[in-house]
Amino acid sequence: MGMGFHVFNRTTGGHFTCHEGQSVLKAMEQRGLKCVPVGCRGGGCGFCKIQVLEGHFECGKMSKRHAPPEAVEKGEVLACRIYPLTDLIIECPPQPAVDFAS
Amino acid sequence: MKKGVIRPGHVQIRVLDMDAAVKHYADLMGLIETDRDDQGRVYLKAWSEVDKFSVVLREADEPGCDFMGFKVLDEEVLVQLEKDLVDYGVEVEQVRAEELKDCGRRVRFTVPSGHAFELYADKLYTGKWGLSSVNPEAWPRGLRGMKAVRFDHCLFYGPELAATYDVFVNVLGFDLVEQVLDPEGTRVAQFLTVSMKEHDVAFIHHEEKGKFHHASFHLETWDDVLRAADLITMTDTSIDIGPTRHGLTHGKTIYFFDPSGNRNEVFCGGDYFYPDHKPVTWKTEELGKAIFYHDRVLNERFMTVLT
Ligand code: FES
Ligand SMILES: [Fe+2]
Repeated sequence: MGMGFHVFNRTTGGHFTCHEGQSVLKAMEQRGLKCVPVGCRGGGCGFCKIQVLEGHFECGKMSKRHAPPEAVEKGEVLACRIYPLTDLIIECPPQPAVDFAS
Repeated sequence: MKKGVIRPGHVQIRVLDMDAAVKHYADLMGLIETDRDDQGRVYLKAWSEVDKFSVVLREADEPGCDFMGFKVLDEEVLVQLEKDLVDYGVEVEQVRAEELKDCGRRVRFTVPSGHAFELYADKLYTGKWGLSSVNPEAWPRGLRGMKAVRFDHCLFYGPELAATYDVFVNVLGFDLVEQVLDPEGTRVAQFLTVSMKEHDVAFIHHEEKGKFHHASFHLETWDDVLRAADLITMTDTSIDIGPTRHGLTHGKTIYFFDPSGNRNEVFCGGDYFYPDHKPVTWKTEELGKAIFYHDRVLNERFMTVLT
């Protein structure tokens, strides 16, 4: 109630609070946490993929390419487009190394 | 050598949520909604443009760019360029007049980088928004947000830059204004123009075909870019980077994202081009400075976040 939800990141062992109506990515960013890379913040680029292991959340619109319905079903979602309804336990998959145009 | 392509004419952008997108492009960026069609597409233009629309938004379940269109001088040029494309081995597709409202027939083709482009000769001439063509005032009142002046260019990411260059330069008459070369001398970025602008379209090498990096809109001054940055904060819009300056083109710029994750740019300034100018070269060793002249380091998000 006004205090927000508790998000536990099993990958790092860290945790943070996500306010009601706030996306998980935004809550991470506001605390300077770098659990997942921050991309477009609009559900379009697929950069902020996480796995939700426990808890309920609401989804905003996400690119079907990066978050197909089957994946969303299994909790593979985009952190910038999920809004917790309960406390969450998440995992942040390791990101593939970035290859700059070199 | 000029072959009758005159300028960027439109871009069709896929968005996840139309209402949010219209709010972004109209209220924040200051484009003017000019029409909608029975497919639910929304047509917009920037105030200084003379034709009816330059941005078309289409709701889809994946963001990105459907195509970018260039206007050509007249139907005769369109017929000639269509023939030249076919002779060069490019497959062309006919898009009937009125498929986009108030736009004539379009010739669509996909270049080797995987991006779709169109040529067209006719679109309804509505004149600059809010201004008379006789004794016009300096600018129209009633503009919103960033007051974008015109749709300016797009940057695309994809493979096969050399083959893409051939279509644009050899067939369509674009000029190479700036390039980035890797240590082996391979071109990994190309900025192409049909005008005096330092780019009308640009490509950066990327393994995956057909990716969209940004659509860009022109502003008049650095102060306007700073004001755009203020508006991005006021509206809690997703920012990418800026305000800053590019090494490439030397434009003063800011990048941000629409609500579906498509990147936008508003910018001012930048170099100019005449057909006797030789291409400007940047080396990948200095890519950081080439892209962000002040930071002089690459920003991972800028290089890899695409729709
Ligand atoms: S940051 Fe782009 S999808 Fe979340
Ligand atoms: Fe640009």
